[in-house]
Amino acid sequence: MPALPAPGAENVSRIRNAIVSALVLLVGRGRRRPKPEDARIVPAQPAHPAAELAVLALLGLSSLCALGFILVYAFADSLSNATQFLGAALGLALLFLAAALIVVGLKLVPSEEVAGEYPPHEHPYEQQVIAEVLDESGTRFTRSRFFKLGLLGAGGTLGLAILAPAVSFGPLFRVGDFLRTPWRRGRRLVDEHGEPYKASDIAEKNFYLAFPEGVNDEGKEEMAASLVVIRLKPDQLRLPSHLKGYDAHGILAYSRICTHAGCAITLYRAPLFQPDEPKPALVCPCHYSTFDPAAGGTVTFGPAGRDLPLLPVYEDSSGHLRAKGNFDGPVGPSWWGVRLWKAQP
Amino acid sequence: MRAVLTIACLAAAGLLAAGPAAAASGTPKKPLAAYGYHLYGEYCLSCHGANAGGRGGVAPSLHGVGALAADFYLRTGYMPLRHLGMQPRREPVFLSEHQIRALVAYVASFGGPPIPTPKPEIGDVSRGLSLFTEHCAGCHQVVAQGGVVTGALPPALVNATPLQVAQAVRIGPYVMPRFTQHDLSNRQLDSIIRYVELTKNPDRPGGWGLGFLGPVPEGLVTWFLAIPALIVLCLLLGRRLR
Amino acid sequence: MVGCPALEGAAVIARRTVRWLDERTASAPYLRKALRYLFPDHWSFLLGEVALYAFLVLVATGIYLTFFFVDSTKEVVYHGGYAPLNGQRMSEAYASVVHLSFGVRAGLLLRQTHHWAANVFIAAIVLHLLRVFFTGAYRKPRELTYWLGVTMLTLALLEAYVGYSLVDDLMSGMGLVIGYSVGLALPFFGENLMNWLFGGMFPGSEQLWPRMYIAHVLIFPILIGLLLGAHLLLVAMRHHTQFRQRRAQTERTIVGVPAWPGQAPRSLGLMVGTAGVLFLLGGLVQINPVWLWGPFHTYSSTNGAQPDWYLGWLIGGLRLMPSFDLTIAGYTLVPNPFWGGAAFPLVVFGFLYLWPWLERRFTGDEAFHNLLDRPRDAPARTGIGIAMVSWVVLVFFAGASDRVFVTFGLSYTGQIWAYRILVWVLPVLFGLVAWRICKELQASESVVHERHEAEAEARLARIQS
Repeated sequence: MPALPAPGAENVSRIRNAIVSALVLLVGRGRRRPKPEDARIVPAQPAHPAAELAVLALLGLSSLCALGFILVYAFADSLSNATQFLGAALGLALLFLAAALIVVGLKLVPSEEVAGEYPPHEHPYEQQVIAEVLDESGTRFTRSRFFKLGLLGAGGTLGLAILAPAVSFGPLFRVGDFLRTPWRRGRRLVDEHGEPYKASDIAEKNFYLAFPEGVNDEGKEEMAASLVVIRLKPDQLRLPSHLKGYDAHGILAYSRICTHAGCAITLYRAPLFQPDEPKPALVCPCHYSTFDPAAGGTVTFGPAGRDLPLLPVYEDSSGHLRAKGNFDGPVGPSWWGVRLWKAQP
Repeated sequence: MRAVLTIACLAAAGLLAAGPAAAASGTPKKPLAAYGYHLYGEYCLSCHGANAGGRGGVAPSLHGVGALAADFYLRTGYMPLRHLGMQPRREPVFLSEHQIRALVAYVASFGGPPIPTPKPEIGDVSRGLSLFTEHCAGCHQVVAQGGVVTGALPPALVNATPLQVAQAVRIGPYVMPRFTQHDLSNRQLDSIIRYVELTKNPDRPGGWGLGFLGPVPEGLVTWFLAIPALIVLCLLLGRRLR
Repeated sequence: MVGCPALEGAAVIARRTVRWLDERTASAPYLRKALRYLFPDHWSFLLGEVALYAFLVLVATGIYLTFFFVDSTKEVVYHGGYAPLNGQRMSEAYASVVHLSFGVRAGLLLRQTHHWAANVFIAAIVLHLLRVFFTGAYRKPRELTYWLGVTMLTLALLEAYVGYSLVDDLMSGMGLVIGYSVGLALPFFGENLMNWLFGGMFPGSEQLWPRMYIAHVLIFPILIGLLLGAHLLLVAMRHHTQFRQRRAQTERTIVGVPAWPGQAPRSLGLMVGTAGVLFLLGGLVQINPVWLWGPFHTYSSTNGAQPDWYLGWLIGGLRLMPSFDLTIAGYTLVPNPFWGGAAFPLVVFGFLYLWPWLERRFTGDEAFHNLLDRPRDAPARTGIGIAMVSWVVLVFFAGASDRVFVTFGLSYTGQIWAYRILVWVLPVLFGLVAWRICKELQASESVVHERHEAEAEARLARIQS
């Protein structure tokens, strides 16, 4: 009779089996005897050693590329075009892996086309039970309508209460924001570095960026702050009556912000020799709204629905340009009250 | 007495009127400019008129435009203009180097700025970018790839030499604004030109530059490169098993 | 080999794991169903998966980006690796993106992959939507799935817009002010809504950027994720639709590839492949080179500014409108940007949401559908769909007409006038042509069918005689 194994040996062999099983699970099982056909759920299909080799090769290539990525990453600082190498390495690593998986899916996994049943359109019995449960549970309520109203009221008002703090997100019902501008009578026009503009600085056939004097970097970003200043010959002007006198001997200071969708107007079409060439125009590069500066900023092409606001300017005794007042209308894109109020300081 | 005075006044007026014309009319004394006068008669007279005085409604006078403008328009092929009223475009230049110099000398004889000497290498590229954005990007696009103005085509600057950029800025050809030295100093212009040189070959750390136009070519790559590749992947996977 | 305890132990481990799971989660029945869940086999059914995998890449790369992006519009002066920006004032947000692109290893790769993934994500959704529309997959019982999908498309568009606006470069800043203006143009409540959203008039308050950031990295992704989960759950519960490719495929019987082992490697392969394509693009093709555009200021702009392609249809709408604000008694009821920026997408998405109901109303078809139509099987739907698609695409082309002018010399103003007419005329034409083609294809099929029948009869007669 064989000797019984030592008490601890049982545990050791169990552990050994577990380790070997785990390794085998990872590495592979070798060939097994196939089960009889009718006992299988997944059909048996012949092996495809070539495909297996291909998959292994692709996995190997993928690993190489992934290692390549790590190497390139390590030396990225001394490489020009590091981004290209990194992208190529990682991309190829993933694509080789994808190719391996595709070969597995198309060639190595048993290919099946199985028929099954769509779930039933509906489940009348369960629907009936649900309806009954809901119906029967309410029988103790005699004033159901009032309860429904009460619940609605409580729920509704509670919902409103929970949403109420969202109002502090931003200013509501404060239309004044859209009307306020940093321009006041007598405020000088300055360039981006704060240097005041003289009328003699404004040459014809050029356009200038101007801000109100004293504005800081944050203030420059306000829509009503920036101007596009040009000079036309006084006899070229065809300003409408309500804009007469807004120019300073042909110098016009328009709002730089397009009245269509708020982009900065940085195109000035300034003909060298008329009449062969197109007339002067201020154009917005976003949707090509075209404004006629000689006629007070009327729209001659493009989608803008409102004339470009004009700031009245004058030349003071020292030759500097100053605002005479505020724009003839609110600055920026249109909103429902934009034609109701004037711009305010 | 009154008759003598009248004749004297008229004669003086005539002399005054004829003075400048007398100085400019007729063949210039220097041989280069004289040859230029000859060429002017052949290529430019019909539009720019006698003595380069211009013709109202047709072409401007060239008095005071100087060698700066003449050199620019001739070397870019902007002039001669194919037909009136069109925007000048870069054309192949059929004049020889000598002919161009001659014409420039002729136009320069009417006065005006000389050919500038830009020095982009002493310009600051960062100052150039911010100046270009403020004054030029609205028409020429921030990476100088060209753009659209209602009724005109601001060209891409890839073919513009530093000299031509300097000249165009000072002239303001067609509907381009004109920037004098008061508007943009020579130093600032050098910075702008240095930036323009950069835009001819911008940094491409991210790979293929797609013309540096932004989202339009990126969308084309999405739909004509990425999506077809992924559709091919789907076709590979979705085909029938047997 | 057989009988060796170690090797049979491998099968035992698998069995033990499943048992452990089932004991603790009661999931074996579901796992069994899931393993053998059937996927009808057609390549166009994988488009939705491509979108899903692009979304996964977005989340993964996005998480990385959140560790470097600074969501602040405070102005700083840039001193870094990119010379043309040295000494310039810009927001911290923009500076952080430039720093990520030039100063962080693999930073540019991940940034670009993220942006390409966004483009591909939305393109894949659109293709998937077209497949669903033209095959009638949205019909009962799948309307809910379809509406979830259309909502996800809307969310994806907004999420992407907020995402690239966060960078605060010149181009996206212009896009942001345009979006703000479209909001202002909403009748009656537009300016209050935008004042509230932005915390004041554009460029808004200091809280705007952190809010956009939280919306982009938390709120939208969670919403999309939840809807996506519900969408996939519904697809699984009702099972996927199928074409009538085999005789065995009917309204009752589904024929397809089981999830395991057949579909799993294919889906995994598609996932890894999609990620591979995106990373390849992210490294090799430059996208959104924000250092070239420079920082945004409200007083700056550039020519040739365009939104990303999935919003390009809107810029077309904005540019095509002729100049007018709709006013009544001094009240500006409908400012101009409303039409191209709000009404146009409202109509398109309204059409998408209402279509299942509209189709039911007009065809009277209240039946259950598990089988898909080929486009030719539903000529009216195909015609109307083609008309809608061509409408959107034509407006999209109109939005790119400035670059066509620059590249090919066609007059910009001329193109705009032509498009103003073509966007109404051509879709009707294309819809009618598509409808006609479907009818012809159907007719040719019955001809082929009759011919086959006649040939079979003739063969039978020959055999019998």
